[in-house]
Amino acid sequence: MTLWPRLEPLLAKVQKPARYIGCEDGSIVPSHGPGRVAWLLVYPDTYEIGLPNQGLQILYEILNERDDAVAERSYAPWTDLDAELRRHGLPLFSVDTHRPAGEFDIIAFNLSAELVYTNVLNCIDLAGVPVRNEARGPHHPLIGAGGHAAFNPEPLAEYVDFFVIGEGEEVVAEITEVVRSWTASGRTAGSRHRVLRALAAVEGVYVPAMYEVSYDGPALAGVTPRYPEIPAQVVKRTVADLADWPYPKQQLVPLTEVVHDRLAVEVFRGCTRGCRFCQAGMITRPVRERPAEQVRTMIQEGLRRTGYDEVSLTSLSTADFSGIERVVAETVEDSGMCGPTSVSLPSLRVDAFTVGIAAQVAKARRTGLTFAPEAGSWRLRSVINKLITEEDLYGAVEAAYSEGWTRMKLYFLTGLPTETDEDTLGIAELARRCVELGRPHTHRASVTVSIGGFVPKAHTPFQWFGQNTLGELRRKIQLVRDASHKARGVQLKWHDPAASLAEGLASRGDRRLGRVIERVWRSGGTFQEWSELFDLRRWEEAMAAEGLSIDWYVFRHRSEDEVLPWDHISAGLHKDFLWQDWRDALSEHGVEDCRWTPCYDCGVCTGYGLEHVVASPVPPAGGSQGTGQDLSRGHVVPVRLEPRPARPAPVAVGVA
Amino acid sequence: MSGVGVRLRYAKAGKVRWTSHRDAARIWERALRRAGVAVAYTEGFSPRPRLHFGLALPTGYESEAELLDVDLAASAETLDVDLLPGRLSAALPVGFEVTAAAALTGAEPSLQQDVTCCSWRIELRGVTIGQAEAAVANALAAPTLALARTRKGHASVDDVRPAILALSVGGTTPDGQVVVLADLVTHPRALRPSELLAACFPDEADPLDLTHRVLRTHQWIERDGARREPLPVSATSQPHALGACA
Repeated sequence: MTLWPRLEPLLAKVQKPARYIGCEDGSIVPSHGPGRVAWLLVYPDTYEIGLPNQGLQILYEILNERDDAVAERSYAPWTDLDAELRRHGLPLFSVDTHRPAGEFDIIAFNLSAELVYTNVLNCIDLAGVPVRNEARGPHHPLIGAGGHAAFNPEPLAEYVDFFVIGEGEEVVAEITEVVRSWTASGRTAGSRHRVLRALAAVEGVYVPAMYEVSYDGPALAGVTPRYPEIPAQVVKRTVADLADWPYPKQQLVPLTEVVHDRLAVEVFRGCTRGCRFCQAGMITRPVRERPAEQVRTMIQEGLRRTGYDEVSLTSLSTADFSGIERVVAETVEDSGMCGPTSVSLPSLRVDAFTVGIAAQVAKARRTGLTFAPEAGSWRLRSVINKLITEEDLYGAVEAAYSEGWTRMKLYFLTGLPTETDEDTLGIAELARRCVELGRPHTHRASVTVSIGGFVPKAHTPFQWFGQNTLGELRRKIQLVRDASHKARGVQLKWHDPAASLAEGLASRGDRRLGRVIERVWRSGGTFQEWSELFDLRRWEEAMAAEGLSIDWYVFRHRSEDEVLPWDHISAGLHKDFLWQDWRDALSEHGVEDCRWTPCYDCGVCTGYGLEHVVASPVPPAGGSQGTGQDLSRGHVVPVRLEPRPARPAPVAVGVA
Repeated sequence: MSGVGVRLRYAKAGKVRWTSHRDAARIWERALRRAGVAVAYTEGFSPRPRLHFGLALPTGYESEAELLDVDLAASAETLDVDLLPGRLSAALPVGFEVTAAAALTGAEPSLQQDVTCCSWRIELRGVTIGQAEAAVANALAAPTLALARTRKGHASVDDVRPAILALSVGGTTPDGQVVVLADLVTHPRALRPSELLAACFPDEADPLDLTHRVLRTHQWIERDGARREPLPVSATSQPHALGACA
């Protein structure tokens, strides 16, 4: 059944109606039917933000390739359409066939960030499903969620039926099979509990209703299984080899403007640079590179199919990709398309090598250049393990001016562990000197400094750290503002510290925090990522109404023996490794990238029987970002080399 | 071909009518690349394909008469213009259909300057044919038609009567919607169908509530005192079947 005839008259009254029509190139018109599990994949933010999400697109294709599943997509309707839908009694719908969300078997949310949680509740409600999972019956869809934020699932534990921890490529098939037998059995009374219990037995799937939470006063005492077959700890899923997963094959091409409106090819997954503030780097280990040949094929076929004139090579640190120089050169010089083709490189490393690649890219189209030193002093960068020396940064900036850039962006965090005012002021000093370096090259030299308040995340060495208070973050931003006030060519931008506070609540919250999120949603607090709709007072009032302390949840340092709300979820990292890394941080001791150095035994590779898959046993030109370690001589490294030997006998190759 | 550019006429219908003029420009850039048409690019740090659109079609309206001029690269010398409608329609999203193509010499005035009038087919809902006929007769008989409107944040009250060249009721659709046909000028300031309805139905709070569907059927230029289309639909063009996005 399609809602389109009833939806279309509403579109004349809302902003950007094209985000509700679907019709993208690459979209699928699935045939629903008995024996096919219907998934609705929801990105709980606007279409413009959600459409480019690669995780959602990958699962959309994988599910639609199956005989026993269909998948459609949905995005959070903006507040104007939300109001129109409710006024006309219409539910959340898929954009592919405009089918009501309640007709799907599974509604699965992508949780890329914590501030979308109120939108998750709003979407569940708009779908016509009770927001709390205990109130749902056998006729309601199952509510699932996955993505990086799912690594601390507890704040949504009373609202989501099941979470996927880790990568979804393989596990969606196993979930489909369990759910298919449930729908085939006719969804009888009591069957909802049985299907959830069966899902909890799938590796990497966490079903919160199968776990009992106990407290010791305000402190969490434990999250323990209610039944003998339920695992005490849910361990993340991870795919061994990206070469087996060349998705998306049919990247969606939207008809209206979205963020990242370009072809995206994922060149590797995982990162072992070991930046201690970075949750993505910690939870996506190990490093798995896509073979360079497959990258080239995906670029060429993708450009031809989509008509895009720009390709983004995505990963957590693309300049580390072994084949990067050749891939960039080939794409820029001859993409096989009419007209220029440009390459976009997100997450650049800070060094001259990177600028060399960027200059190659700029032959087609000059794009912005962004570096992320993250902290204002070498001391603090050692604490966070972002081992960039001032020489690295100035060398990169100098190279950029030489190549003709006049403007660049620098990203920093403030509120980091052990940060002193001297460290904070170092941000202004670095920015000022970067502009100065440009003067001999151009009178237009300018640097935009972007500062975000640091929010500690689960499964990182900083998970024990007490986040800076609102006042302290504001004071630090003001320090940099004052110091940059007279600096010519330095522009300052900063993230709202109040939003960082709310993000801090949700990031390390336990199951009790769900009611806070529900209150914020009920008071109208949707789209909390959007500054025009964010209001910290909603969060403060909700915390007070639930009798919970912001100080206890956000600003307090945790101790080693404290039970953390995500201890029953495993990213493969040993807790004692993280604790040791936290102690190393406090003693300003940095560690090198373990792709090219001996193992620190974080637990991931050994736990999964995996290895880092890289194409070269030595780090790419440019070295290992200022660790002071001469890697050119090489080490005995446990890397697997491309081309891969035939499985199932991977051979570890060492270089002497 | 020996021309420096090509003029295309296309239709926009179905769900894609909710895309904006800016959206359509991006859709065209990708479609030309997919179809392998060698378009000329601007110079500079950020080269863009040289496409020249005619009058913007308001978001939500459909059209049988959209126009686009494309500057071609030197390497496009061998382009067969007769094959372009088929090639481009296949590269465009369902709902976009190229209905004619012709070589340009480069001497033509821009579409924005050249087009003086558009013909519209407006389907109304919640209005009887009698009410529509009365409103049309009133508007045509009025010596002046005052309309308050804003442009770029600037409010004004204009007499829009001179901008209405023709206005009539064209019967009803099979679904019962009353059809109004209108020829509206584009210079010095274009009168939009929504503004026409606001002027004809001054008691209606929101003309959007009356508008069921709006279709641009023609754009007109003037030559030697007569009006004609900048690019008539070619006899050979065959609209392809519309799929799920119709």
